[in-house]
Amino acid sequence: MSPDVEAVAGARRWLAGRARWRWWEIAFWLAAAASFVLLPSRHLILAEIAILGLFALSLDLLLGYVGIVSLGHAAFFGVGAYAAGLMAKHVGGEPLLGFAVAVFAAATVGLATSFLVLRGADLTRLMVTLGVAMLLGEAANQWSSLTGGADGLQGMTVAPLLGLFEFDLFGRTAYGYALVVLFLCFLIARRIVNSPYGLSLRAIRDNPLRAAALGIAVDRRIVGVYTLAAAMAGAAGALLAQTTAFVSLDVFDFNRSADVLLVLVIGGAGYLYGGLIGAVFFKIAADLLSAQTPQYWHFWIGLILVVLVLAGRDRLGERLSALARRARLTGGAP
Amino acid sequence: MTDALATIGLVRRFGGLVATNDVTFALARGARHALIGPNGAGKTTFVNLLTGVLAPTAGRILLAGEDVTGLPQDARVRRGLSRTFQINQLFPDLTPLETIGLAVSERLGHGGDVWRVVGTRDAVLEEIVSIASRFGLIDALETRVGGLPYGKQRQLEIAVAFATRPRVLLLDEPAAGVPERERRALIETIAALPRDVSVLLIEHDMDIVFSFAERISVLVDGALFAEGAPDEIARDARVKAVYLGGATHG
Repeated sequence: MSPDVEAVAGARRWLAGRARWRWWEIAFWLAAAASFVLLPSRHLILAEIAILGLFALSLDLLLGYVGIVSLGHAAFFGVGAYAAGLMAKHVGGEPLLGFAVAVFAAATVGLATSFLVLRGADLTRLMVTLGVAMLLGEAANQWSSLTGGADGLQGMTVAPLLGLFEFDLFGRTAYGYALVVLFLCFLIARRIVNSPYGLSLRAIRDNPLRAAALGIAVDRRIVGVYTLAAAMAGAAGALLAQTTAFVSLDVFDFNRSADVLLVLVIGGAGYLYGGLIGAVFFKIAADLLSAQTPQYWHFWIGLILVVLVLAGRDRLGERLSALARRARLTGGAP
Repeated sequence: MTDALATIGLVRRFGGLVATNDVTFALARGARHALIGPNGAGKTTFVNLLTGVLAPTAGRILLAGEDVTGLPQDARVRRGLSRTFQINQLFPDLTPLETIGLAVSERLGHGGDVWRVVGTRDAVLEEIVSIASRFGLIDALETRVGGLPYGKQRQLEIAVAFATRPRVLLLDEPAAGVPERERRALIETIAALPRDVSVLLIEHDMDIVFSFAERISVLVDGALFAEGAPDEIARDARVKAVYLGGATHG
């Protein structure tokens, strides 16, 4: 039985094509790098976008790839933020060490709580993740000798990054730092989702019963990716703490968990860029809309969400491209 | 020689209902064995117990002599027990290439690789292609599974189970819902399975059962009711009675 050489080559080509970098991906990251150079006056909001994007990217690994819904992803963001904050306050201001400790702390909490999401339907998982975030938030509130409670964690001193780049008022170091971390985390995530491991995650998302029947150890894969997602959420939390030199209880807030889910749904789950695009859209829309009509900003976001979910992104995309085609046709006509 | 698969006093209750009632069963090495029984006889429950989807209330399951009663599904698959599903359980958004690849990677121990791009191992690719040729899927490798004709999806069901390189293969109504013109190819596929795979076929279609099986077990109300060679079962008046609905058993 000699396998058909041509078919093997074809299969290899096809699979390699799936993992290849597309032109628009390269364009996306070039634009991100360009924004650092070209928009110095926007570095503060860009840093916020990068942090939110990283947070949403981490949720995408769960929701988009293995199909786990979470309403408490801020639990890991919060653990990362407090760990980085406490490191800066008590141990030393070196940001990279604090970052590493924060990622480790969030991953540990992720690993410990991953067993809670192995069983159950979406509603169970929503409630369990929500509950975990509430528990941690309340624990941080009660343990005020450590966390500063409702006053927030005061007195953080963050040393210059690599001993070279001082965190400035204009967010230049903050954005550079956040963007580099985001890009590295993205590369890791991209590599993983294109691996056999990543493929098995999608299999679990689509049909856990069949995945197990193929010999995939479903529970272990879920534990692994949940821990990874927690680590990345912790990284986002650490970035926030270090770039703002402040941590307060709202890092565990329900709103934060809900917003990141919103961001991901707006951008689209399951292709890694959804969280990033959603974050850009969400922050800019929030900035513009709340400047004009502060009280109505949630109205517009709510409307967009309802339309997106009801109409479906794919169909909406088709409509828009059909409209664009028609516009081009009529525009080209005399 | 130890049996490929055996159960000893297997029981499964759902509340007051006894879905599997003290089944002691053996599948010989290299067997072509069919399990038949009227609707609601507990055939699918039995398969779910064998594969680890359900845990038994009592009894033991032996795979090539090893007790696997407490093992989860994936661990049984890695020990050589694989199955197909009565209703397709596939990944509609993946291709047959990826689906078969998942099973092959898992069996070769590469399924957990996080740092290697899919499709860069020649051994995996060659095995995918060889399995796809065997099951007539070579032209469909790069088509979305959800868009394949139903008969091809049924072929893929078997191909994927086969890709785990099982010693025991459980086929749960493989021809269910397959249109007549695609049926022939499917039956030929099953007949052409290599002899070192022991096969247990769960089937309603008596033509398929009698053309394939060398031994037949009849399950009624969760219990083994009769077992024998096809001609013995065909002559058994009690089996006929069960199938014709004139059953007098309790």
